[in-house]
Amino acid sequence: MTLHVNGKPLDLPEGSNVAQLLEKLGTGAKRVAVEVNKELVIKKEWEAKVLREGDQVEVVTFVGGG
Amino acid sequence: MSESYTSFKVGPYTLRSRLVLGTGKYPTLESMRESLEASGCHAVTVAVRRVEMGQKHAEALLDFIDPKKYILLPNTAGCFNAEDAVRSARLAREALDVEWVKLEVLADKKTLLPDPLGTLQACETLAKDGFAVLCYTSDDPAMARRIEAAGAASVMPAGSPIGSGQGILNPNNIRIILETIKVPVIVDAGVGTASDVNLAMELGAEGVLLNTGVALAKDPVKMARAMGLACEAGFLAARSGRIPKKLYATASSPWEGLIEPAKRPGQVEIPGE
Repeated sequence: MTLHVNGKPLDLPEGSNVAQLLEKLGTGAKRVAVEVNKELVIKKEWEAKVLREGDQVEVVTFVGGG
Repeated sequence: MSESYTSFKVGPYTLRSRLVLGTGKYPTLESMRESLEASGCHAVTVAVRRVEMGQKHAEALLDFIDPKKYILLPNTAGCFNAEDAVRSARLAREALDVEWVKLEVLADKKTLLPDPLGTLQACETLAKDGFAVLCYTSDDPAMARRIEAAGAASVMPAGSPIGSGQGILNPNNIRIILETIKVPVIVDAGVGTASDVNLAMELGAEGVLLNTGVALAKDPVKMARAMGLACEAGFLAARSGRIPKKLYATASSPWEGLIEPAKRPGQVEIPGE
């Protein structure tokens, strides 16, 4: 299935969850947050949240800013 | 007044400094870390951005900010509507486990002035959602009252446009805001050098938030120290009851007991002496 992650298409096996997506992205970061279709998915739900074809996913972290 | 410089309550946090420093635009992450240290700040702002695909060190910035020394204050910089700002704030809270946000809802990229309606809407939504909202705004006293009424934990008027280094353009508006607003007022944006920070604090602001003035100075670490000192100096001066300004001089040394003065030829008597 193809997802849209941070504005780019990304292929993942059917039935993948948010935790697996983060693993695939290889951020290695703990302090990230995830939205699926504009809904926040809290850390506790990363394993349970199964992704579907066409989902719009945002994965964010932090950069310098004022 | 029993306020202390090193005990600054904003929302749920008590900060040991009144200077809040941004983390953007430093020449290197090392110079940022040293600048934070030199400024003596406690709260530091960070921006929410997408993880770059394949980026192995997504936490690079955060690795340079010691969580034992600093409290992270996420911002919503770059958001141009209330919805995006609210989403960004919720993402930041989830990732950082903090209870506050520096809210920015901008009107356009050129002026970076706040969009008043979007700001107010987002402030209300986030305050109801349990956030301590530190709300960036223009120096408009009427807007400041609206923001306070919307539940903000701090009103943050801009001294001048973000990153402009123009200092405090309208001290009178800042004064009026300080007279009317009960939550802490933190002057945010436009600070170019130490005297700007000092002025903001002498006007009676409870804190100053700045970034570019330090990050783009030729020597950010030295400027950071200057900003920290100016902030504390202004805080103390504002609470020390300065003398009124007078047109004429008042001698500090007594007139009594002077030695016999010599007659100077052509000496003119000063009228009214």
